[in-house]
Amino acid sequence: MLQAESKRYGERAIKWLLALCALLSVLTTTAIILSLLGPMIGFFEIVPAKEFFFGVDWTPQFEPPSFGVLSIVAGTLNVALWGMVFAVPVGLGSAVYLSEYASPRVRKTIKPALEVLAGIPTVAIGIFAVSFLLPHVIVPLWPGDFLGGADGKPFIALAAALGIGLMVVPIIASLSDDAMRAVPRGLHEGAYALGATKAKVATRVVFPAALSGIVASVVLAISRAVGETMIVVIAGGSTPKFTLNPVESIQAMTSYIATTATGDIGTGTIEYKSIFAVGALLFLLTLLMNVVSIRLVRRYREVYE
Amino acid sequence: MEAGAGASRNRLAVAGARATTAAMLRDQPRGDVIRNAIFAGLLLLAVTIALAGLTALLVQAFVRGSSALSLDLITNPPSTAFPEKAGYRPAIIGSLQLIAGVLVLIVPIGVGAAIYLEEYADNSRWWNRLIEVNIQNLAAVPSIIYGILGLAFIVRGPLDLGFILAAGSMTLALLVLPMVIIASREALRAVPDSIRQGSLALGATQWQTIRRQVLPASIPGIATGVILAVSRALGETAPLLLVGATVFVTFDPTPFGSDGYSAMPVQIFNYALRPQDEFQTLAFAGVIVMLVVLLAMNSFAIWLRNRYEQRW
Amino acid sequence: MLTEQTPKISVRPEFRQAAAPQTREKVFELRGIDVRYSGVAAVKGISMEIGHKEVTALIGPSGCGKSTLLRCLNRMNDLIPTAEVEGELLYHGEDLYGPNVDPVQVRKLIGMVFQKPNPFPKSIYDNVAFGPRILGRKEGLDEVVEKALRGAALWDEVKDRLKSNAFGLSGGQQQRLCIARCIAVEPDVILMDEPCSALDPISTGKIEDLMIELKEEFSIVIVTHNMQQAARVSDRTAFLMVELDADEENRWGRLVEYDATEKIFTNPADKRTEDYVSGKVG
Repeated sequence: MLQAESKRYGERAIKWLLALCALLSVLTTTAIILSLLGPMIGFFEIVPAKEFFFGVDWTPQFEPPSFGVLSIVAGTLNVALWGMVFAVPVGLGSAVYLSEYASPRVRKTIKPALEVLAGIPTVAIGIFAVSFLLPHVIVPLWPGDFLGGADGKPFIALAAALGIGLMVVPIIASLSDDAMRAVPRGLHEGAYALGATKAKVATRVVFPAALSGIVASVVLAISRAVGETMIVVIAGGSTPKFTLNPVESIQAMTSYIATTATGDIGTGTIEYKSIFAVGALLFLLTLLMNVVSIRLVRRYREVYE
Repeated sequence: MEAGAGASRNRLAVAGARATTAAMLRDQPRGDVIRNAIFAGLLLLAVTIALAGLTALLVQAFVRGSSALSLDLITNPPSTAFPEKAGYRPAIIGSLQLIAGVLVLIVPIGVGAAIYLEEYADNSRWWNRLIEVNIQNLAAVPSIIYGILGLAFIVRGPLDLGFILAAGSMTLALLVLPMVIIASREALRAVPDSIRQGSLALGATQWQTIRRQVLPASIPGIATGVILAVSRALGETAPLLLVGATVFVTFDPTPFGSDGYSAMPVQIFNYALRPQDEFQTLAFAGVIVMLVVLLAMNSFAIWLRNRYEQRW
Repeated sequence: MLTEQTPKISVRPEFRQAAAPQTREKVFELRGIDVRYSGVAAVKGISMEIGHKEVTALIGPSGCGKSTLLRCLNRMNDLIPTAEVEGELLYHGEDLYGPNVDPVQVRKLIGMVFQKPNPFPKSIYDNVAFGPRILGRKEGLDEVVEKALRGAALWDEVKDRLKSNAFGLSGGQQQRLCIARCIAVEPDVILMDEPCSALDPISTGKIEDLMIELKEEFSIVIVTHNMQQAARVSDRTAFLMVELDADEENRWGRLVEYDATEKIFTNPADKRTEDYVSGKVG
């Protein structure tokens, strides 16, 4: 009477099937690592690690080629840095406004607008950056010949940086807003009861309380900026330069990979393998940042839950 | 005399008390008011800049691209020789097929993985925690890395499918799978445990409970997640560049055809690289088409969530 | 809060075992049941017999393990990974925790109604029909649903809106729906975990009346905080209480007295029982 009516193999089979689906994620990570590993090792058999990691000349097409990755790392940093210089104040300012100042009705209009910004394809942002931001925003506002000037250049790092900045503002704004809203009302009310102004409450009470969530959002934004391809390809140029000068045209790690892979490169060549070496470096950098960001998010969630 | 002095002293005292209280309750000192105003102003400036950027982007696209908006855009293939007649046909068909492939892959695998992690997995086991961490990391890996993965494993390597559209679908599916899993898990988690308990107490098996109670209740959340994942896949360019979305196809692509394929964002990219005005206009027109489609999809996803969301 | 007032017990407590119901059949036999969560004891040494087609009430202060004990009877404790059950639990003479026993099958025979009504987010009809459909039934569902709803004294109130969402019902109606859902499966036993504690007095009264009707067909075990309820509806009552160990660090539930309801409430054998039912303690 208490025995099962059927063996219920189906239940067990379903569980295994579902587990397989979940396992795919581990397989994907393994596949990523493996796909980078082989050619990367082949690359380092030819190019000395010292040249790769410490060289500042990235000229694979020259004879003899030079593979100093710092050049394109600088390109990535160039774009990411200036992008964050734009995105952090704009993103955080928007977040503080949304969580502390905006009325619910205003929130209802602005938050979706930021979501729209987040959903715009990067190719569109890249085109916008090179055809609008550069000639109509950067050139007019840039002080003359400072650092070489922005006028007359079809691609500069700053154009890509602003495009990337615009792209990551929603990340910073949205996550920081969530973090600040997670701060218990009790803290707000306690501060107001003591006579603090809105500005003081926002900056001295809420912001510090939400700090780990805010930092997590910034780290995540940096990670996105570092990994972004199309905006840099379209607006940043394709000349690797070891510089952080925003009005120079540069090549980032991502744009190098994209440009090289779409060119006519034979499979066994050193250039082909360089794609994987650069890719591996990129993967490691973003992995590091993501791990940090996830830890921070977990910490801020734990504090209030 | 005494009474008069006392009365006037009273009046003074009352006036003094009133003045002090008023002074205490009056607005903050001048300096503070100005500081607050500046602070609020800066915040508003930040929001304005963000929104201005968005608006400028949308306006520019519409201004520069609307002249090319016509039915030809959708029906004509691209052409370098005759930009006036060029269109996006293969790219549109390519994108549609790519998305279909992505959907076929991410729904069963993504929802399946989410069900396993939420309903079956014991979180004290290390391998289940590893899977969770993995998914969170994969969600933030740059899209071009997925392109490299596709190139090394799907186009070449073990699967060796070559530069076909199906390979593009698989690559994009891997890219957005973490998003689907995370969104689905949230939807499943939102179903209260009392529902599961009630179902199990009636003699239902775990899978019966999931299939007949938990899953139906979480479909709106899952659908929203899937739609957002698909719109992300629609707009991706970089990974497709690496797995062979050739820019120049003039015929309609097929999932397993080896003659090459294209996609909207890739085609837009190609038009944008050409200096001629007509191609620039075409690029913007393509941007308009994409923005309209994406806006429609995201609005639908939000409407879906608002309409069908279960309030417990 | 109640446990602070609980008097300390340092001597091994004596508990009463009801005289085995000679003429009536036994549904459950418990012998030395211990339940632990992550190694920490929740109840210890429970031994009692529950009679067929009777209402058996489990009463006692908060935290004495009544719900834990109840959940053993339909193996719902299996769902808690840290739970361990030891001792012997027989259901109609068969070991409920035997190696070949399927918990799913157990729950088809032993149903449960929860403290907070938990209807499914479906129509009233689909709520009641869920159980039979799980059992594989495809035809005759209309009759099954009607019979169950009548049995739960809910039919007249909902017969015109069977397709409307169950969430639209009041709390009391939802709980009766849960009872209808339970009896639609035609179980042998119905377990009720404080079924009225989330309801208003009128709904409570209706459900108490229902219990007296239901025991014609089902054996009922009910956990309740409400002593008047226990006195009113149950045939037999078990009084559990918290026991502390010597260092007062751990606490678990023990069966203090188990007898005919009338005896428990008018002339209990154990002083602790008397203190509890007269309201002096807990």
